[in-house]
Amino acid sequence: MTSLPIESPPRPPRLTRPRPQSLHATDRSDRIYRSVLTGFALGLPLLILIILGVLFTGALPALKRFGPTFLWTSTWDPVAEVYGAAPMIFGTLASSLLALLIAVPLALSVAVFLTEFSPGWLRQPVAFLVELLAAIPSVVYGTWGIFVLIPFLRAHVVPPLKAVLGWTPFLQGVFYGNSLLAGGVILAIMIVPYIAAVSREVLLAVPASQREAALAMGATRWEAVRSAVLPYGRAGLIGAVILGLGRALGETMAVTMLIGNRHDIGVSLLQPAYTMAAAIANEFSEATTNLYQSALFEVGLILFVLTVTVNAIARVLIWRVARGQAVGSRAL
Amino acid sequence: MSGRALRRHLASRAMTAVVVVLSFTAVLALLLILGDLVLKGASSIDWAFFTKSPVPAGQSGGGVANAIVGTGIIVGLAALIGVPIGVAAGLYLAEYGSGRLGFVVRFIADVLNGTPSIVVGIVAWTFIVRPTHGYSALAGSVALAILMIPMLARTTEEMVRLVPHSLREAALALGYPRWRTSLKIVARTALGGIVTGCLVGIARIAGETAPLLFTALGNLNFSVDITQPMQSLSLQIYVYATGPFEEWHRLAWASALVLMGLVLIISITARWVTRQRYGRIR
Repeated sequence: MTSLPIESPPRPPRLTRPRPQSLHATDRSDRIYRSVLTGFALGLPLLILIILGVLFTGALPALKRFGPTFLWTSTWDPVAEVYGAAPMIFGTLASSLLALLIAVPLALSVAVFLTEFSPGWLRQPVAFLVELLAAIPSVVYGTWGIFVLIPFLRAHVVPPLKAVLGWTPFLQGVFYGNSLLAGGVILAIMIVPYIAAVSREVLLAVPASQREAALAMGATRWEAVRSAVLPYGRAGLIGAVILGLGRALGETMAVTMLIGNRHDIGVSLLQPAYTMAAAIANEFSEATTNLYQSALFEVGLILFVLTVTVNAIARVLIWRVARGQAVGSRAL
Repeated sequence: MSGRALRRHLASRAMTAVVVVLSFTAVLALLLILGDLVLKGASSIDWAFFTKSPVPAGQSGGGVANAIVGTGIIVGLAALIGVPIGVAAGLYLAEYGSGRLGFVVRFIADVLNGTPSIVVGIVAWTFIVRPTHGYSALAGSVALAILMIPMLARTTEEMVRLVPHSLREAALALGYPRWRTSLKIVARTALGGIVTGCLVGIARIAGETAPLLFTALGNLNFSVDITQPMQSLSLQIYVYATGPFEEWHRLAWASALVLMGLVLIISITARWVTRQRYGRIR
């Protein structure tokens, strides 16, 4: 070192110790550091296994007793100890699909507006407001739903809907308030910010050259969005929507407060329904017999496997566009 | 302008208008909810609301002091458990996460981020409530901590990755061991971002209700014993909003406003911390 013609920088104090020993020491402490961090990181795969294990063991008695019929029978009778989850599975899927139907156009519009059309000064405030929407606790949505949304639906939405589409099977019966419709609408409001936040980051990941190329070919601004931006981000946008679906499937409090909690399968949006999450929320602490509890564990297992699958599909699609980024993790 | 060009131009304008209208509908929903919270909640908030515990059903007066303190304890304990694990997992992802294990952990964190919180409640119930034969605030905290970990892992990773490589290289070139570089240089530089991530995580779990239903359970009396059932604001709102009494509905709105205020304050503080550290990056 000293034979070098240029002046060497001042040495850090650590290197004044005998060199091989110092290197050895850092080597070992580095290895310890790495294994400690790895241990914590392994906690996440472990966590998913623990959740699955807990739900599966808890569900075993019900799995043995009812087998696959649990999925398509509709009796839920704690007295006779017969359980079938079909109404909850139906209600979960129906309310979530209704929510998607309402939320997707709104959320994609927000994303497109923020990335393509918005004047610069409006971008931050609108993005901030949408993020706030994601921060509102579920139980607050539920409260708002009970006291504001349901009276609003009863007064201003259901009568005109019935007047126009009252002949369809979807709008049969009397609207008492707590219903599939109320649950679906509150879910829609709740998942708009999630879908919007993720879609926005997907659209931000679309290279500007895509837009510019379309505009340079004489496309109007909308044509550039439709023919260049949206197709480029398609996988990610679908991923964002599926992610919203995952949220809706597992959402508990607001839905429990609004959907009516009745073990029934009906296509009418005006009738009460039930979801898997709501059933667990309502009945878990009241489940007195082992089999009752086990049936609720099985409902939890179905819900968990369903949401994990849906989320995994969503993530794969989003990663294809925005590779490896924690897209939307701030909002989620 | 030819007819065709005009048509395309008008179509573009029309679609822009549709997008703008739909966007503002979505934002309007938020303004409506916040507005209703303030309108219906603010009038019920007074000094007694913050200092008294609930009175028996049917009587008027009383407050939610027990729920506010309970939320603080449950969420604080959850953060104590969840933050070290989440941040350490995030550091792993940022420092060593380029391999296969990193990919798996990252993917699982993202997937767990969307886990229904009620399912996590069942897990906490199985491990804590069932063996101890009693609902407890601790079980609630564990459930909330589990919800926090995957989120924190991902935000921490993102924030640590923002630290310029030159900084790390400089430290390593000076003979700093890798672990000290990671903790003293990289993590410290990213500290603002990590704190932001933690605050956002805390804001999210502060409003959680479902995982507390059969863990912390709720408690009408003032309690600070974490081995006993404890009230939280979110549980209190659920009970009050779904109850039959006018008085309860009033208190539900007021509690909802307080909870919302709490969440907003934490979220806005988080943004402010980020802005202090990173200027206008985001």
